[in-house]
Amino acid sequence: MVDSKQKWKAWLYLSPAIVLLLVFTVWPIFNTVRMAFLENYSGLKAAAGMQFNFGIGNFLKVIEYKRFVQCLKNTVLLCVLTVPISTLLALLIAVALNSIKFLQKGLQTIFFLPYVTNSIAIGMVFAAMFNIVGSFYGTENELIVTAGIINNVIEFFGGEHINWINYGSTYEANMFVMVVYIVWNALPFKILVLLGGLQSINKQYYDAAKVDGTPRRRVFTHITVPLLSPMLAYVIITGFIGGFKEYTSIVGIFGENMGPPNDAGRLNTMVGFIYDALETNSQGRASAAALILFAIILAVTMINNQVSKKRIHY
Amino acid sequence: MSEKNTMQERNMTQVSARQKIVHGASRTLTYAFLIAMAVIVLFPFYWMLISSVKSLDEYRLNVPTFWPRQLLLSNYVDAFNTASLGRLFYNTMLVGVVSTILSLIITVLSAFAFARLEFKGRDTMFGLLLATMMIPGELFTITNYSTVTQLGWMNTYTVLIVPFLVSVFYIFLLRQNFMQIPNELYLAAKVDGTSDWKYLWKIMVPLALPTLISITILKMMGAWNSYIWPRLVANDEAHRMITNGLRNAFTDTTGDVNYPVQMAAVALVSAPLFLVFVFLRKYIMAGVSRSGIKG
Repeated sequence: MVDSKQKWKAWLYLSPAIVLLLVFTVWPIFNTVRMAFLENYSGLKAAAGMQFNFGIGNFLKVIEYKRFVQCLKNTVLLCVLTVPISTLLALLIAVALNSIKFLQKGLQTIFFLPYVTNSIAIGMVFAAMFNIVGSFYGTENELIVTAGIINNVIEFFGGEHINWINYGSTYEANMFVMVVYIVWNALPFKILVLLGGLQSINKQYYDAAKVDGTPRRRVFTHITVPLLSPMLAYVIITGFIGGFKEYTSIVGIFGENMGPPNDAGRLNTMVGFIYDALETNSQGRASAAALILFAIILAVTMINNQVSKKRIHY
Repeated sequence: MSEKNTMQERNMTQVSARQKIVHGASRTLTYAFLIAMAVIVLFPFYWMLISSVKSLDEYRLNVPTFWPRQLLLSNYVDAFNTASLGRLFYNTMLVGVVSTILSLIITVLSAFAFARLEFKGRDTMFGLLLATMMIPGELFTITNYSTVTQLGWMNTYTVLIVPFLVSVFYIFLLRQNFMQIPNELYLAAKVDGTSDWKYLWKIMVPLALPTLISITILKMMGAWNSYIWPRLVANDEAHRMITNGLRNAFTDTTGDVNYPVQMAAVALVSAPLFLVFVFLRKYIMAGVSRSGIKG
């Protein structure tokens, strides 16, 4: 009797969560898959009573889209560049932090600060820093605007200023700024997790290495990194997943334009593509793109898991 | 090996002196590296603050000043008015507070059911819930956009609050915490005739308070930083949230922009998060290290 009463109660406790999950999580999973396989599905046309053929037309259209290929390229490039750089930097900082006592807490707090920021707001600060001397629209009557601090520093050391993000800037320069900003943004989480991992490594390993007179570099590659590998795998996986969903950091620096003024959409990403499709009421195409994104994230996670199985030492 | 032998041949004082030098040098290098990185990390904040109090003329100087010649606090007033930050702060606080309270209640109830109550299919269901965490949010957004349109929720506070009330991650976090509370406590309470309801709120919730505080902060930060969903469904004057408002008020990021005012606006928007961080650092860092998600 107690058992059946408990069962009934459990569902009562779960009911608010279940109702909301059914509407906003479970139904979307089915509906998004459905819309992805209905050719040219559009919410507006569906409301007008139009019927759609079943097929993989949305996927083909998405892949054929030049803009989609550009978005995919940007997303993959940002992932491949930022994840290794930020992981390596975070590892070095975490190891350095772990080896000191004086100032450790204070420095740890400083390194965490970028996390408690709004990525759009601070993106605007980075945009100000990378701005250049010169004209905004590239017209004849050059309006001299302020030099950004980055170019001031370059010129101070005798270099030529670089057009980072303004009218007429190159793709490489844009990408450089994005990589700097994304790495800056990604460091705090990675340092936090890696430092936590380092602090839980048993001191006996290091004592044994000391007795044997093992050089510091060997201690790092043969003790620290292997024992830290679960944490490293964790920050790399979450880094890739976050990287494939990159969007707001670009809005922060370039605005909704997603590129320099003369080339809107140049830096658009997978997520940006999905929202563009959604805003033009092409739910079918948006769904197909979302499923492709999901498949990529799933594949990356699985590859990571496979590699981890071989490499991780618990 | 040979290096080891020669080491042993030297007399002890020499070895320790050499070790001291190596040790000191590496210590200095470590500090130099850390301080250099800290300066890089802090620089954008410094530049934001310093620029926000400069006059436009001073900001445009070819040789930048690293300390403002005059403190022009009127930039902050301009920023506040340009972006009508008052309304944006109000909207964001309202959405943040209401959704945090409701979300906490739902999370506590669900976590309790998954951690303490016995029912058929409990573990299967929990596993399925965890599996949904793998799916990118955009996949849900596409359908949810249609759903809230059909419900007539466009441009309301409801649309900003309700769709994100349940977080599988928060339920997971709290369930883990609840499971650490010894079962004996629960059985003892049962013997004393304490109801599940009373036990949950009088014993489990107070014991899990640190986790609940972490969830509260993450949820509030989420409201503060949310951009994509509010832009889609509630981008009108009355319901606009802070991040959107900031982006809308200052559309140009490059070229001839009144940066001091823009930086003042950014500083105003960033300040509340920093204040929360200063006071609740421990809880934020504990919550974040387990999440891997921003906001």
